[in-house]
Amino acid sequence: MIRRKNEAILTAPTLLWLILFFVVPSIAMVVISFRPASIYGGVGEGWTLDAWRALGNPNYPVILWRTVRLSLVTTVICLALALPIAFVLGRMQGKWRTILVMIVIVPFWTNFVIRVAAWRILLHPEGMLRQSLISLGIIGNDTLLLYNEGAVLMVMVYTYLPFAILPLYAAAERFDYSLLEAARDLGASGFTAVTRVFIPGISRGLLTAMALVLIPALGSYVIPDLVGGPGDEMIGNKIAQRTLGDRNLPQAATLSVALLLITLIPMIVVYYLNRRERTHPA
Amino acid sequence: MKSSRLPAIVFALVIVFLYVPILFLVVNSFNEARFSSTWTGFTLKWYAALFNPQNRDLWEATQRTLLIAVSSSAVSMILGTLSACALHWYRTKLQRLNYGMIYLPVIIPDLLMGISLLLFFVALGVTLGTVTILIAHITFCASFVTVVVLGRLQGFDESVIAAARDLGATRWVVIRRVILPLLAPGIVAGGLLSFTLSVDDYVITFFVTGPGSTTLPLKIYSMVKHSRELPLINAISTIFLVVTFLIVWWSQNLTRDQTVRSH
Repeated sequence: MIRRKNEAILTAPTLLWLILFFVVPSIAMVVISFRPASIYGGVGEGWTLDAWRALGNPNYPVILWRTVRLSLVTTVICLALALPIAFVLGRMQGKWRTILVMIVIVPFWTNFVIRVAAWRILLHPEGMLRQSLISLGIIGNDTLLLYNEGAVLMVMVYTYLPFAILPLYAAAERFDYSLLEAARDLGASGFTAVTRVFIPGISRGLLTAMALVLIPALGSYVIPDLVGGPGDEMIGNKIAQRTLGDRNLPQAATLSVALLLITLIPMIVVYYLNRRERTHPA
Repeated sequence: MKSSRLPAIVFALVIVFLYVPILFLVVNSFNEARFSSTWTGFTLKWYAALFNPQNRDLWEATQRTLLIAVSSSAVSMILGTLSACALHWYRTKLQRLNYGMIYLPVIIPDLLMGISLLLFFVALGVTLGTVTILIAHITFCASFVTVVVLGRLQGFDESVIAAARDLGATRWVVIRRVILPLLAPGIVAGGLLSFTLSVDDYVITFFVTGPGSTTLPLKIYSMVKHSRELPLINAISTIFLVVTFLIVWWSQNLTRDQTVRSH
């Protein structure tokens, strides 16, 4: 009885806080997506599917698809870059490993807006980089480094890369590298040893890394806003515009629920695969 | 075993990629030129300009940012410590639900957390401002403190509690003299993480802020977006970087201390 009372005292404050400020707002978001917009920029009375029907307007499917595409490409690039890094870190020992891990993490600890701003300043049309590339003849006078999809992808990779490196490193640290030697001794090429032994060996880390990059990438808003052009908008930009631009809150809610449903897909996939792996180890 | 050089080369290039924009920004904060296209000489004038009366709003935003970060970390440290203890010591259905609730705010895109809180506040007719920012920050920081303190609890030697009880300590004395001192490094590390996350946050704050409640990231964002005062941004960012590094270094020392003692 006392134990139960203690459990309630320890659990209640945070759980109630999260129910009030996380669960209830999420439910409010779903409810508001079925409400009409009021002319004063608030939420009107009654029920309607208007905001959901508006998702069919040609603009939104294009942007939803672009959001998914850019996030998937970012995830693939991040995993491709993080794999060799995790491979190197996992094999290292002692002090150098700690130092290199810190070197990878430190940029990630700097302010997010400042990191994106740094890229914007670096790639700026009047900036040193573009001017020197022009004078070296590498790019033409009319090539912009900023305000295009390439810039958005690069800064997304820059931002989310540590989310891929850390779980892969954690998995590689536990990986038994002598298995690779065994595979080589049995005649496997280096490439085969990596794809057939190393990658399956760290598959849990790979799944976590995929989810940790893909999910926040789907919710990107700052990056396309600061380094992308008008043709690179993602769903997050539309949510911000509907919220603070023309103040159509039910429309913003609808887009957010759509984004939430999209992010649930990788969450469910990872949860399911993780569970399957736990019950049927390879 | 003959090993390929490729992974090491990728690693080296990625480190360059990670540091180039940051170093460019730091170097340019000492550049005399107004535009970063050329280096015209060393100066500290951009740092001095931060102290101009016309930039007072920057300092007001900084004060608000720090106030929000300190208060939200303080509340999150309490909430996070309580829930970490609950998750560690009880294996009930309630805790399984609790576990999911703690992790969801960590996983979900921050944009969704921001918009749902905004819609919630609007539906309730709450005036947006410093208080709503504070509530939002506590909501995401509490989960992170829980995760950090939970890590500390996993290396916890339960027998010290039993020993203290055997020696006649009351429940309150055990909490105050045994559990809290042992958890302290984890709680402080969680608090420092909350502080950095709160100071760092742009997206959630952007949704739940009201007129006049500008924080430093919001201020920097609007300066960057309108390409105003770019050299000032370099200077603020450099200060920001140095302060963050100091906090991270401190918190790393705390967690290192933890691993040394638990082994």
